[in-house]
Amino acid sequence: MTLEIVGMTVLWTFLFGYIIVGAIDFGAGFFNAFSIITKKQHILSNVIQRYLSPVWEVTNVFFVFFFVGIVGFFPQTAYYFGTIFLIPGSIALILLAIRGSYYAFETYGNRGHKGYAFMYGLSGLLIPASLSIVLTIAQGGFVSMENGNPTLDYYALFTSPLSWSIVVLSIIAVLYISAVFLTWYANKTGDEKATGLMRKYALIWALPLIIAASGIIYELRFHNPAFYNQILDLWWMFGLSFLLWIATVLLIWKRKKYGLAVWLLIIQFALAFYGYGISHFPYLLYPELTVYEGFTNQAMAISLIVTFVLGFALLIPSLYLLFRLFLFDKRYVQGKKPKEGDN
Amino acid sequence: MMLFDDPVFASRFLTLLTLSFHIIYATIGVGVPLFIMIAQWIGIKKNDDHYILMARRWARGFVVTVAVGVVTGTIIGLQLSLLWPRFMELAGQIIALPLFMEVFAFFFEAIFLGIYLYTWDRFEDQRKHLLLLIPVAIGALMSAFFITIVNSFMNAPQGFDLINGELVNANPIMAMFNAAMPTKVAHVAVTAYMTVAFLLAAIAAFQLIRGSNHAYHKKALNLTMKVGLIFAIAAAVIGDFSGKYLAEYQPEKLAAAEWHFETEEGAPLVLYGYLDDDNEIKAAIRIPFALSVLAFGDPFAEVIGLEEFLPEESPPLIIHYYFDTMITIGMFMIFLSLLYWIGKTRNWAFIQSTWYRWLIVLGAPLSFLAIQAGWWMAEVGRQPWILRGIMTVEEAATTSDYVGLMSIFFLLLYIILGVGTVVVLRKIFKNNPVENELASTQGGDSK
Repeated sequence: MTLEIVGMTVLWTFLFGYIIVGAIDFGAGFFNAFSIITKKQHILSNVIQRYLSPVWEVTNVFFVFFFVGIVGFFPQTAYYFGTIFLIPGSIALILLAIRGSYYAFETYGNRGHKGYAFMYGLSGLLIPASLSIVLTIAQGGFVSMENGNPTLDYYALFTSPLSWSIVVLSIIAVLYISAVFLTWYANKTGDEKATGLMRKYALIWALPLIIAASGIIYELRFHNPAFYNQILDLWWMFGLSFLLWIATVLLIWKRKKYGLAVWLLIIQFALAFYGYGISHFPYLLYPELTVYEGFTNQAMAISLIVTFVLGFALLIPSLYLLFRLFLFDKRYVQGKKPKEGDN
Repeated sequence: MMLFDDPVFASRFLTLLTLSFHIIYATIGVGVPLFIMIAQWIGIKKNDDHYILMARRWARGFVVTVAVGVVTGTIIGLQLSLLWPRFMELAGQIIALPLFMEVFAFFFEAIFLGIYLYTWDRFEDQRKHLLLLIPVAIGALMSAFFITIVNSFMNAPQGFDLINGELVNANPIMAMFNAAMPTKVAHVAVTAYMTVAFLLAAIAAFQLIRGSNHAYHKKALNLTMKVGLIFAIAAAVIGDFSGKYLAEYQPEKLAAAEWHFETEEGAPLVLYGYLDDDNEIKAAIRIPFALSVLAFGDPFAEVIGLEEFLPEESPPLIIHYYFDTMITIGMFMIFLSLLYWIGKTRNWAFIQSTWYRWLIVLGAPLSFLAIQAGWWMAEVGRQPWILRGIMTVEEAATTSDYVGLMSIFFLLLYIILGVGTVVVLRKIFKNNPVENELASTQGGDSK
């Protein structure tokens, strides 16, 4: 395995981690807002707040890891994507700020401002939408070099069915992932009403997910045939992903083994996500930049990988502790221990 | 307007905005964990509920600022690439390592902070709970350490060769341990502790002025003023080392900050004053030989003047005011906290007077102003370079036309976040004063 591939695999894994934990967070925010509007708040808000509050900073770090890591491993991406990503990037940052401040101001401070909860919920859908644009841009066709500087063709981007289907998929995926996870979490807390509601949401979003995903593959055939053919070569990964999707939906439908359903869902998304990544290889930005041209020097690559391994050795036990206390601790999850003050 | 026509100017403006806002939260983020630790430790040792409550209340306020700091930190992290793509392309090859490490350090801190905050009542033994704070404080300090390394690299780049614009022979470890690193890292850490000490002291003093005569506030004031004194003195000592670093490695920054135009031996230190139309210094205080002492520790040493540098490579002279602001406030805070210490040991009455307490309250915004002034001096004083001697800000900035527009959005965002922080913190503490909380926990003990 070359250093380029190690680097790319590390980054892609961070991005995958962000997509899963981020989706849970974003979707939960949306369901929370939605339940306030439909006056079902009492069903959901407890479940959501018990899980989200201690974990959201960790979620955010996955994102930071990705964009810091990619500049380290592939410094040229800072130049290409940095220049063209100013507007969608800034919008995503402002939306992330709204989410972060919601945790800061609402959960730690005083609870219950409706407008704020609504903004918070909406931002959860708009963040994946604005961030997913980078995947569209990376497929090429929207960037031209003017006076040696990369320039983004906004008109082409906003009128392309491909970019809209990616946006739609990202939103649906957020809702689906989050609903499946929260079904399991609510079930663990023993809250039957919340479980039932989340289960319903999971089933609602299951079919649109597959339709949107297939639609993207279909559109790629016209937009970037080379990429499309590479995806076809990996048909088994996407096929397996599809089978896992069926299995997940069946489990949820039959109200069985929600925990297993979550794992199947994660593997389903992993297969599709890594399949997408491998098909994209070796391009970081079609057709301007490949992982080989954009790679950093050997010394930096090795030190980053060593840091990564050491850092992980430090983080895994800490994360284990965190999850044991807040995700898998029965008493905490069920809210039995009385909480004190504003903490 | 330049903001909308000139991407370089707009990028500088937005970076100034983001960094100036972020540094407030970053300073609190680095400093407060230490004080929570000290308070909880004293509380356990002396078996004094007041100190335990102090730790709790500080922690409760701390979370809000950390959360906003996470947000602003994420923003500046991504903005580096969005606004300075050419810089990150070059720097990514050599200084990405500490950036990467910083994320780990922060991750580590975030995990344990989460655990610490939600486990106040889960441990029978308070000391175990205190242990959870150690990774928080270390993580916060390491974050500052790694990020400041990146900044010191911008001032004193090393660990690579540039051949035909290509970066070769990269040595990321050597790049991290550059000449600017020791003084800069130490100064950042110590001033963060100093500023937070005076921030917490100001809160205690303000409660005393408002008529609460509770021992809790007196203990808090006593603790923070004394620790603050130690760090204020340390900040001054390290500031002196910073001067010596500048004289050796970035003489143009020192010369511009001191309005020291001509190379001379036994140079005086110019304080305050202004420049007239002919660039003559007016109304300034000159301390004979002091600049030579600051620069080399020798009153007769030769200090290089600004005349020896190309005008287009000299920093703007405005940094003199930033320098003056920083050291004036630093000296004032040493004086103020020293007075407290002496007054306390000798039982001087004015320590309890309202006017003196108002000065302590004033110390908090002043300390933050000193932090801002210090960073403005560091950053403006590096102009025109983003990477000293290698790349200018103009070469580094984005070519996108929309930075001005984005700046407006971010400005609005920072106003909302800033106001929100104040409102929420007020709400948390106003509805739950110390007296009530002490009464309720003591009531709780008996059941």
